[in-house]
This record gives sequence, C-alpha cells and structure tokens, in this order.
Amino acid sequence: MSRFTLIALVAFLPLSSRAADSSHPAQVAMIDQMIEQGWENFEIKPAAVAEDEQWCRRAFLDIIGRIPTGAELDEFLEGSRYDRRRELVERLLHDDRYTEEYAGHWATIWTNILIGRSGGNDRRSMISRDGMQKYLRDSFARNKPYDTIVRELVTATGSTKPGTENFNGAVNFLVDKVNEEKAVLATSSTSRIFLGQQVQCTQCHNHPFNQWKQQMFWEFNSFFRQTRSLRRFVDGTRDIDHAELIDQDFAGEANQADDALIFYELRNGLTKVAYPVFTDGTEIPKSGFVSDVNRRDELARLMLDSEYLDKMVVNRMWSMFLGYGFTKPVDDLGPHNPASHPELLDELGKAFRGSSYDLKQLITWITLSRPYGLSPVLGSANEIDDPSIGEMPKFSRFYLRQMSAEQLYQSMLTATDAASSGSYEQQEQERRRWLSQFVVAFGTDEGDEATTFNGSIPQALMLFNGDLTKKATDTGRGTYIDRLASSGKSPVDRLNYLFMNGLARRPSVNEKKVASALLRSRGGDEKEMLQDMWWAILNSNEFIMQH
Amino acid sequence: MTTNWQTPAGMTRRHFMQHLAGSSAAVTASMTMGNAIYANAEELKKNHKSAILLWMGGGPATIDIWDLKPGAATGGPFRPISTSGDLQICEHMPMVAQQMHNLSVVRSMSTREADHNRGRYYMHTGYVPNPNIEHPSYGSVIAHETLEQRPELEIPPFVSIGGASAGPGFLGMSWAPFSVTSNGRIRNLEMKLEDSRLRERMYALEMIETGFAKRTRDVPAYEHAKVLKKTFDLMTSSQMEAFRVEKEPEEVKERYGTDGFGQGCLLARRLVEAGVPFVEVDLGGWDNHNGIHTILKDNKLPQLDRAMSALVEDLEQRELLKDTVVIWMGEFGRTPRINQNAGRDHFARAWSCVVGGGDLKGGLAVGATNSDGTAVDTEPFSSEDLMTTVCKGLGISTEKTFTSKNGRPMKIAGGGKIISELV
Repeated sequence: MSRFTLIALVAFLPLSSRAADSSHPAQVAMIDQMIEQGWENFEIKPAAVAEDEQWCRRAFLDIIGRIPTGAELDEFLEGSRYDRRRELVERLLHDDRYTEEYAGHWATIWTNILIGRSGGNDRRSMISRDGMQKYLRDSFARNKPYDTIVRELVTATGSTKPGTENFNGAVNFLVDKVNEEKAVLATSSTSRIFLGQQVQCTQCHNHPFNQWKQQMFWEFNSFFRQTRSLRRFVDGTRDIDHAELIDQDFAGEANQADDALIFYELRNGLTKVAYPVFTDGTEIPKSGFVSDVNRRDELARLMLDSEYLDKMVVNRMWSMFLGYGFTKPVDDLGPHNPASHPELLDELGKAFRGSSYDLKQLITWITLSRPYGLSPVLGSANEIDDPSIGEMPKFSRFYLRQMSAEQLYQSMLTATDAASSGSYEQQEQERRRWLSQFVVAFGTDEGDEATTFNGSIPQALMLFNGDLTKKATDTGRGTYIDRLASSGKSPVDRLNYLFMNGLARRPSVNEKKVASALLRSRGGDEKEMLQDMWWAILNSNEFIMQH
Repeated sequence: MTTNWQTPAGMTRRHFMQHLAGSSAAVTASMTMGNAIYANAEELKKNHKSAILLWMGGGPATIDIWDLKPGAATGGPFRPISTSGDLQICEHMPMVAQQMHNLSVVRSMSTREADHNRGRYYMHTGYVPNPNIEHPSYGSVIAHETLEQRPELEIPPFVSIGGASAGPGFLGMSWAPFSVTSNGRIRNLEMKLEDSRLRERMYALEMIETGFAKRTRDVPAYEHAKVLKKTFDLMTSSQMEAFRVEKEPEEVKERYGTDGFGQGCLLARRLVEAGVPFVEVDLGGWDNHNGIHTILKDNKLPQLDRAMSALVEDLEQRELLKDTVVIWMGEFGRTPRINQNAGRDHFARAWSCVVGGGDLKGGLAVGATNSDGTAVDTEPFSSEDLMTTVCKGLGISTEKTFTSKNGRPMKIAGGGKIISELV
C-alpha cells in the first residue's frame, strides 16, 4: 500500500482515534480500513470503544495468558490516555519481566496445536511433552521468526527428551506421526496446521468439497517416507525412555532407492504410484537416498514459498485474538470455504511475510487495531453481527468467549499471588495434572480428543468446589484474602480492590449492597465476607469470559 | 461511596434475603429456590421414555458383527449363529444372540461420511457438518424434548459415560452432555459449606452474573448463568444417588462386566431408572486398520457381548425396556475388503446399526447388503432416518421444528423418514 493511500485513509478516521493512530504501524490502519469497509457494506455500526481497564485485562489474557494484577492495572492507567494501549502491548511483548510468561503462554497454545492436549501423556507415546514445550518456549522467548519455527518442526531430527544426547525438542511434532500407517498423520497434520489444507479424507478418496485429490495426498505423504522414529528403552525394560527421529534412505515400495515410489489404492482396488510432489505441482527428484535429496528439507522449502503458509498463520493468530478467524474452521482454507474478509486475509499474510515473520509485530498490529479495541456489546446497530449463529463475523464488537483452561489456571494463580512455589518442573507437573481432568478421547486411531472445559456442568463444579478455588478463597494466615483484609484500607477500598483484581472494574451499587448484606450475615467478619464475594467473582461469567 | 456501602444498622442475618429483595439489588431467585420437590422412583418411571446410545468410537466392522458374509472373499473368519430373533449374528456374540428378540439390525445403512469427526457429527446429529451452524446431538434433542415430562428431575438430562459424545449445538450449553467416567464418580461435587451460606454466595454470584449478561447482551453470558443453575441443582440433589454404581450387588456388576464399558452400561441403567432421558455409553477402539479379527475375537466382541446383553436383559426384567430405546452404532462401518495389514478401513456406503426397545420392534433384520457386503441391495437408510425412527420410538413428534438462533427452521433429525419395518 502506498504512503499516499495511507494518508488518505487516516483522514477518514474519527478525530478521537487519530491521535493514538499516528504512532501505530501502517498495518493497523490497513486492518481498520478493511474491517470498517465491511461495516459500511453491511450497514452496521460498531460497538463503542472498550473501557481501558477492560481492554487491559483483555490484552494481558491474549498476549501473556493471564489477567493483570492490581498493580499492573495501576501501572497501565498511569500511562497517557492516548498512548497507554500501545505502551502496554510494547511492555508485554518486549519488557524482560514478561518474556517468560509470553513464551510460556504461546508454547502452551502451540503444544496443544502440534501434539494435542494429550500428546505424550500415554505410556506408549514416544512424545516428550517437556521436550516439545522446551523447544517452543525457547523459540518464543527469542522471538524466532515463524517461518524458521515451521522449518525446524518439519525437518527436525534428534532426540525427544531434554537432557538426552542430540536433544531437539522440535522432533516431538512428528515423532508419533511417522511410523504408523505410512505417516498418514504426519501428512494430514502438517498440511492442516501450517497450510490450512484439510486432506485427511483424501487418504482414501478424492475430497468431496475441496480441490484435493487422492493422488495429492500420497504425493504430499511421500515427503515423509525417509523419516523414522526409533524407540530408546530404559535399560533392561520395555519402557520407552525417549525416542529419536531420523532420516534414512528410502528404498520405495518397489525396492528401488534411486526411484523411490510408493503405491496407494483407489477405492475400486486399483493400485497407483506416487512420488513427492508439492501441492502446487512442484516435483522434486525421485531418489530415496538422503544424500541425493532430503525430502523433508525440500518440503519445508516449498512450504515456506507457499502463500498458504502466510494465510494460515495470520488467520490462526487473528482468531486467537478476535475469537473468530476469517474462515471457519480456521485451518480449512481454499476456494471451497470463502473467507469473511478475503482481501484482509491476503494483505495481512503478505504484510506478515514482509515483516520476516515477526510474530510480535503481527500481535502488535492485531491488538492495536480498532476491532480488537471494541467493547463486547451486542447492540441494535450491529445485531446481525453474530457469528455464533452462523453469520460470517464482521468484527463490529468484541465477541465474548471463554478463557482456555490454561488461561484460567494462570489467572487464578495471579489473582491470588499463589504462583512461585516449587521449581518450574514441579509447577508444570501440577498444572498438567490439573489440566488433564478436562481431556476426553474419542477412541479413534487418529487420537481425536475433546475438552470438557467448555462451559458445561463439570467445569462449573470444578470452579464451585475444586481445589483451585478452595486455595484461592482460603482465609488462612498469609493467604490472598488474609493479606487483603489486613491491608489497612477502608472496607470499600478493599472491596474495590477485590473487584479490580478479578474483573478489572469497581463494584456496582447493587454489588456493594450484596456485600454489605453478606457482611451482616457473617456477623461482621469482613474476611469471611471478602471470601464469599471472591468466590462469587471467580465463579462468574465475567471472570471466566474473555471480554 | 463509603456510606452507600455500609450495612443498615440493626439488620439481622435472617433479614439477608428480605433486605436484598426490598432493594434494587433484587434479582430473580431462580438459583436460590432450591429443590424441595422430590418425587419417588415409581412416580418417575411413569410414562418416561428414555434412550441409551452405545457409541462405538472408531467405526466398528459391522460386517464382522451383525451382517456376516460367510464364504465371500470379504467375509473374514467369523461364523454366523442363530439368535432368539429372526436373524443371525456373529458367533462371538453368544449372549447378545439370546437378546436379539429385543433388538433389530438395520443392515442397509448407507451414509457418506467416512472421516471420524465428520462421521461422529453426522451420526450424532442427523446433519452433515456445516461450518455455519452447529446442530444439536441426539442427547440434547431428546433431553430437550422430554424434559417437560419430568419437572422433578434435578440431575442432568443428558449424561455421557466414558466419552465425549456430541454437543448441544444451537440449543446452547445448558443442553450439553454431562460427562462422567464409568465409575460414576463426579469430581468436585462436595462443597462442605453450610447450606445457608452457599445460598447467599449464589445470590452474590447471580448479581454479578446478571449484570454482566445485561451489559453485553451476548449469548455466552446468558448460557453461563443457565449452567450455574443446573450445577447448583445437581449439588443439592438426592437424585445424585443414581450415579453411585458401586452400590450395586457384586453379581450384577459381574454380569455386566467389571471393565469400564460394562460398568458404564450398568450406570446407564441406574440413570434411566432415575428418570434421565438420554445416556450415552462409549466404547472406543474399533478403528481397526490392522489385525482386526484378532482384536475383535479376543477383546472387543467379548466385552461388548457381556455388557450389551446384560443391559438389554436387565432393562427387560425391570420392565424398563418398553420405555427405553437402545441404539448401537459408530461413525461408520469398515471396508468389506481386508487390507494388506489384515485390517479393514473406513467404509460408510453399506453398514449396520442396531436398535430396539421403546416402541420399536425387535428380532428383525431390516434391509440387506449384497453378497460380499460392498453395497446395499434394499432401500438405503441414513442417519436422518435412524434418528427419526428413534424419536418415533420415544414418542417424540418428528414434525417438531426447531428454530436455530439465526431464525432458520430445522427439523429434528434433518427430516428423515421413519424406517417402517421397525414401528
């Protein structure tokens, strides 16, 4: 986009937002312009701009995976009214004190994407969840470019487990996906996660809706056929200690390594032949010798040239911040599944490539954009903007959505300063134990799973009565409530503090009345009243929702 | 602000509610009403239709279980045996064979979804996946349609045992499956707080809850409030006894099988007895791309045979079967052709489901496949048809139309046709 059009665009913005926008990157204006165009086309008016406190909570949750502490809220509010949002994004992304949380949050998200919520939890699994997380944490902490991360995940060789020889945590993505069933899972996961191509059906037949043919599946699959996972056992037992992912010469299914082909069967029983060919038709040499051609290296090179790589990642990132992607599902791209804002998807992808795949820049553009800054109110002027009923999202308000289980966990710890006991490993074990209660498997070979952390009764029971809530509302010596109750301010201040801490707002008149009635019922014991109110706050929709 | 917050002088604890009721802080007392009504078990049984879905995750090879092709190249090693009904089934299902007068096999299922996720969705909802709308599953529909018959039910009307089932779609999270493990133990059920204090906390919670929903006007905020109400009911209900499957006599537990699926089926019977309209019990591990016949013979079929036969027999003996439809199915069948790894792959074109109980006829083989099982020879049936027939068997009107949130009218089960042989 030329500088001239940018200036023209800025001229159309309302006065109030212009001051702040002057310090924003040009990509923010591009997002705003294209989203606003959509509102105009559908003749809707966006919701008001979100309150600063609410926005601060939102940004903390999305960027580092937890709500802000009271002190962090104060720090945010001390900034200039016109610039505090930009300053906060800057701080969360670039201030050293948040590096660890930033990296941990994004490592968690990507671990779930790459190996599922249960990957590595089963004894038969070769995955080291620790190894996967360590690789991702290190990558995000250093703000490794996205294309580098993809290349490393797709081409990795080495050992799964931290502390072993040749450790390379990136191998955990593919280690459980290459041995069984001719690397079918490696094929479908790699194409879906990084290119937004849903190909799992085309293993057996041409896809009924998208452009994928069975031939393309097996050609893509051919790229993984030099790759093997090797189990390394604990001495003298059959327990897997760790695994190694290696590339080795592939003789092909006709046993001729310089022409290493594979066979696949059509539904009518006929057999056909496939060689490695990328989705755009690019062929690579047919040799199965690694010294001639390393098939995964070639695959990564071709993937990195594909525009689908760019579109897929910006679509995914957008959906994580705005609640909906430009397509639904986010990882199904192509002419068969039209996007809500095709031009924006395209341009944002190009801009991201133009930034050399700098994830922190992409996050900055999205979080400073106008749609991300709106309040979560469904009003009469934007009533039709309701993607939950199947409408294409128009991003004219911030869509309510539930926190992830991980965000809730971190937020509860933060809200009650309960973190930082025990080593990183111990804390991680505890966190993982807690998270595992929500995972349900579907009993298929593809390892499909669902989460019961979905707003249903088991989740509500956990928040009503679970240990996490018990701990957070404990009134014993040195606990959060205890410290709050003895913090020497007035009762109203303490109640305000409680609400600010949990919900990033002050209590309403009615809520104060309830608090006073509770205080009465507790025989004037303020600590007990605070405990009751805190329990109510933690269990509320307003706490569990990202808003 | 300080004065505003101070407690009015002289207020006593018992005035808590009145105080709030008299102020602008008053909110609907739906959560704090409690649950005084508890009808006895006999009352609950009256006219109460229920359904139990035995879900075979992964896609079972129905050609090896319900529709054998002995002698055909695709037939596999298993032999058919006679049953108490008018059909034959696999030799490794001898106990179920004795119950087949209660069950019918629909052998002419012909569907199009052979991917796990799509097939699971389609078979659970009667609709093919559509990115723009989420359809309600069997359990949500049946719970929704039958709950009015039982205002006294305090436990969730849709329970999923040992699996994830499928969601409530546009009916909303309050119709989501309540997932439990097969031992019926429910985590975090006990609060250990005196009742009055719990109710006061609920009151404070509802205040925050309602305020947020009113401010945002968005669906998820309202849905959350409904789920809280159901959760509160459940925590304070004596009907939760139904989940305590460990209270069953040892011999009953053993008849069902002491594995997860067996205990899940037993729990399902207890729940139906307590008035729960829909229970799903999951048995995974049918995705047998490799070495299928060993797995079926040594593992899956004996497990299925024991639990399924016990469930049907027990329901019949307790006179519950006439009001309880039992459905057995997975997301699809498996290829007649046995692959090079001695397994069978996904196949939806010709396969079988099993139904019985309620108003549905048992003992029949409905429809037929060709000699090697690769195609359906008679009128093909779909998920829509099966679901419509099950609704019919439960006395639910299939003319009923839901209005999805975007105002689109949607027939139950996609407006399928009733499988006439079964009614």
